Amino acid sequence: MARGSGENLNEMKRYDVVIVGGGVVGSAIARELSRYKLSVGLFEKEVELAFGISKSNSGIIHPGTQNPPGLLKSKLCVQGNALTRILAKELFIDFKEVGELVVAFDKEEAARLVQIKKDGQALKVPGLRIVDKKWLRKNEPNLSDKAIAALYAPTAGIISPYRWVYDFAENAAQNGVEIHTGVKVDSILPKDEGFEITASGETFTARYLVNAAGLYADDVSKMAGLDSFKIKPRKGEAFLLDKKNEYMTRHLLFPLPSKISKGILVTRTSDGNPMIGPTAEDVTDKEDLSITAAGLKKVLEGSRKLIPSINENSIIAYFTGLRPVAGEDFIIRHENSVPGLVNVAGIQSPGLTAAPAIALMVAGILKDNGLEMKKKAYFHKYRQKEAHLFSIPLGQTKKLIKKDAGYGDIVCRCEMVSAKEVRDAISRGARTMDGIKFRTRAQAGRCHGSFCTTRLMKILAEETGTPLTNITKRGKGSEIVKKDRSSD
Amino acid sequence: MIKKDLVIVGGGPAGMAAAVSAYENGVKNILLIERDQYLGGILNQCVHTGFGLGYFKENLTGPEYADRFTQKIKAIPGIEVSLRSFAVKLAKDKTLTYLRPGSLEVIRPKALIMATGCREKTREVIHIPGTRPAGIFSAGLAQKLINIEGLLPGKEVVIIGSGDIGLIMARRFVLEGAKVKAIIEIEGKSRGLARNMVQCVEDFEIPVYFSHRVLKIHGKDRVEKVSVAKVDGSMNEIAGTEFDISCDTVLVSVGLIPENELIEMAGAAIDKKTNSPVSKEVNKTSIPGVFVCGNSFKVYDLVDSVTADSELAGKQAAIYLRNSR
Amino acid sequence: MIKNMVCIECPKGCVLAVDIENDKVVKVQGAKCPKGAAYAVMETHDPMRVLTATVVSEGLELRLIPVRTNKPIPKKDILRAMEEIRKIKVNAPVKVGDIIIKDLLGLGVKLVATRSVAL
Repeated sequence: MARGSGENLNEMKRYDVVIVGGGVVGSAIARELSRYKLSVGLFEKEVELAFGISKSNSGIIHPGTQNPPGLLKSKLCVQGNALTRILAKELFIDFKEVGELVVAFDKEEAARLVQIKKDGQALKVPGLRIVDKKWLRKNEPNLSDKAIAALYAPTAGIISPYRWVYDFAENAAQNGVEIHTGVKVDSILPKDEGFEITASGETFTARYLVNAAGLYADDVSKMAGLDSFKIKPRKGEAFLLDKKNEYMTRHLLFPLPSKISKGILVTRTSDGNPMIGPTAEDVTDKEDLSITAAGLKKVLEGSRKLIPSINENSIIAYFTGLRPVAGEDFIIRHENSVPGLVNVAGIQSPGLTAAPAIALMVAGILKDNGLEMKKKAYFHKYRQKEAHLFSIPLGQTKKLIKKDAGYGDIVCRCEMVSAKEVRDAISRGARTMDGIKFRTRAQAGRCHGSFCTTRLMKILAEETGTPLTNITKRGKGSEIVKKDRSSD
Repeated sequence: MIKKDLVIVGGGPAGMAAAVSAYENGVKNILLIERDQYLGGILNQCVHTGFGLGYFKENLTGPEYADRFTQKIKAIPGIEVSLRSFAVKLAKDKTLTYLRPGSLEVIRPKALIMATGCREKTREVIHIPGTRPAGIFSAGLAQKLINIEGLLPGKEVVIIGSGDIGLIMARRFVLEGAKVKAIIEIEGKSRGLARNMVQCVEDFEIPVYFSHRVLKIHGKDRVEKVSVAKVDGSMNEIAGTEFDISCDTVLVSVGLIPENELIEMAGAAIDKKTNSPVSKEVNKTSIPGVFVCGNSFKVYDLVDSVTADSELAGKQAAIYLRNSR
Repeated sequence: MIKNMVCIECPKGCVLAVDIENDKVVKVQGAKCPKGAAYAVMETHDPMRVLTATVVSEGLELRLIPVRTNKPIPKKDILRAMEEIRKIKVNAPVKVGDIIIKDLLGLGVKLVATRSVAL
């Protein structure tokens, strides 16, 4: 399934399609292409999938409102929302439809809601209606009483963004896609029948190259010979509150959107932590993931407008993400000047929502540009599900423990994660402490790994046969400890 | 369902003292559940001395103090110990569900004593801006890595907070061959015991910056440096006083939070600010028959106080059980 | 000459005012118990500390065994003592109080285990 760099990469291996970038877009495309009799390879430069920008996504499946009509991303968002529900059932991921409210605080904003509703209806966003103060008081009791109306979009939902990546990728691998992590593309040479690609010292060919490289999509396109767009990172800082406040809101809460962003939201993650943010700040460094005091201030101010009772002391975690902005819309097209190159770039919000629709569109583009897409006779539609104790009732836990005693061996206290789940995550591709965190939630709870870190390190070292001093947070350079006295 | 009069959740110093005290006060049917593979709780990683001066009139290390109680418990057949056992759910009617390798157990004792200790405040809780590289540890995790696993977290350390755990760890790092470049404390004086300032900081000439705060942590994959500045009386940075300290490790030692999520789940009243149970009397919670002792009741400086508090809780549980017959 | 110091014998941390004349401690004020005076003398002439640490184990249920000196050792010898302790590997079970080093650095001080560790 997920392989390390350099292993088993044959010299001059030939792929029909190579996808560069193992985030949500790349893995969704991989899964879609895995329906067909094609040789597909997915290459991700980080040590694990989703370690680029997908892991810092807010996890919102947008209904499709607040996107300018007439743009590609607006159409793909609505399509993606519908597709996500179907795929969530096939890939066994928890998708919660919670609905969203775009909240107006004065008459002018309320008037804008009418236009937003109109635009949404033109895009075929289902179920939109404007609700009044009485409705808000009843259905969103903690919302500021300064709110006078809201646009209710029932089809908004939440999903775990990195688990979405893992689930797409696992199912793609189940269906024959080769997934390579820790492999960075160094050069792309257009050749007669496609491209000669060199990555981490190995060379292979691909008839088609799908560039889904997120923040570095401009670099990859340039490598292939087309320098037609620039990815400008737009930073977003967000903060998670203690799960105790899970029912602070019932719907996802949005203010009216600004020109560049949907604003400071009050939402929650699919694991139950309320989330406030994100900010939207254009930065120059594609690696600037710093949290700022100014960012925290902005988020607290903005979120308190919606929910005045938000308590700074409830913040238990924070993270930053960088949106890969290439203009206002998505760039998804076959590049006629570089035949075989399909750029999938500038996938900022609503990229997560649109991902399944993007995958369909890319499959269509490949077909339209000469790739024979014969459906496989046996396509494993359903992913092999794993268990998570924190999301099942205790009765089911009892059954699981009878099946495998390891489910009763609790490693992470705050999120109730068992040793069996940790081992399972490692077998599915976790190689780092963050990888374990994203797959199992161990270390993501209120104590941030103070209790479970040592045990997790030992299990990871044991399962991967690496010394404890090689265990990293998220890849080389981020080793957890510097020295092991037992191995001196 | 197993039948027990009293279940104690937590086999650290609090739980052990409560168990022994309850037994000595007449409760003969006790279950003590502990999540780790051994009794002793946090004491197992506190290899330093300073324990027991009050209770035993001796200067013991954490493990020695714990051993005194584990020996007592071993000698009492009426106290059943279940290790690697994790309490996951507590209901208002005192039904407790716990997991251990191979089984899920449900028990409904007549009384419960919660001795679940504390967790540490993390960097996120005190909002230190900057990046999130490897190399940032709570002092307790660093202590566990060094003292239980023999793993050295880093070579050049900056410690945030001058509480006892931070000071103890400063010494520990130096003894293990690392360099402690600074202790940064936002208050004007140390939050820990004066003796720890002497034997952990002054003994090793570690620089302490009082009335300073860490403005930012830098580093992409691993900590590279911290930015520090002086603060005024309202804890705001004084312009022009900022400087950087290069380091590869940041230790966060800024306070403890009692762990009371289980009783909160059961509906007991909890003080939102301190996370301690709200109760009319010491050690009691708003649920009759459910008691709390040790650091999960109130954060104590010394384990001797934890023992005294827990013995009281054990006694109260015994009285409750007698009266509810 | 009066020197201030904090007594470290117990958590109280009494601030002692130590009067030193001709290199000898003549008066100690501020101690709330008799240990204070003794501490002041020791700290002035030859500061001593109890050393606690861990030793690496092999083949036992725990990777480390916590240890302590059974008596204080001179403060100036602490880092040297740590070097000695780092050389040790214990591969037999120990009980609380078992001797790990009979005579640490020839100071007449024992290094003992503070936790029982089985196979």
